[in-house]
Amino acid sequence: MSSRRSRSRQSSGSRITDDQIIDLVSKLQQLIPELRGRRSDKVSASKVLQETCNYIRNLHRQVDGLSDRLSQLLASTDTDSDQAAVIRSLLME
Amino acid sequence: MNKYNPPRMNPSSLRSRFATRFLRSLSEINAQKPTASSSSPTEIFRRYRRIKVAADKSMAYSVRSRRTWSRAMLWKLRTRPCGRRSVKTSTIVRKTRHEKQNKNTTTATTTGEDGVVSGVEADELRELVPGGEAMDLYNLLDETAHYIKCLTTQVQVMKKIADFYSP
Repeated sequence: MSSRRSRSRQSSGSRITDDQIIDLVSKLQQLIPELRGRRSDKVSASKVLQETCNYIRNLHRQVDGLSDRLSQLLASTDTDSDQAAVIRSLLME
Repeated sequence: MNKYNPPRMNPSSLRSRFATRFLRSLSEINAQKPTASSSSPTEIFRRYRRIKVAADKSMAYSVRSRRTWSRAMLWKLRTRPCGRRSVKTSTIVRKTRHEKQNKNTTTATTTGEDGVVSGVEADELRELVPGGEAMDLYNLLDETAHYIKCLTTQVQVMKKIADFYSP
């Protein structure tokens, strides 16, 4: 049986272990709102990747929507004078 | 001696670098609008495209070449004024693969490399992350995490700006 703890089959350079992959997968899991806070041994790597793809697509859609919104808003404003104010409001986090 | 520290955005944080660049681009885009037709659907669509490119550009420049995905994105942005990128992608693949040679990869295999992750999902992810085609699984996961952090920053800042300008 191929042990999950064994070294992977990279032949040159450093060895990427299964553990490192598993670590990265759980790191990803923490970034995804859907899966955050669930125990990493309860969520399969496959599910994490799937949700990651969905989440990235979702973020792309949000950027699209916001670009659209901004393009309409800009039609009627002059941004130059407001820049300082915008940045200040971004500070209040 | 009391030091009053007002809430202050770290000027070198990703968020502030992105916000500054993006706002500058927005000003430029806004300055170029033809006054007569600035509200026509075509104009708005054109502006939408430019804003979207500006958002991606601002993000990629804020990260610079510290990340494979940002390098790939910068490359795409520089060489695709009108959307043709089939030729260029193969160059990126050759470049990044060569760069990674010394580090830790042999090939970006698509069959389940070590049983933890299946090739199909990894490939799907590769299509979503800029430059992903040439990454091995380890780098793909690493880059994805950073890419997601940057995307969420991008969305947050854009949201704030849009809210600011909303009536």
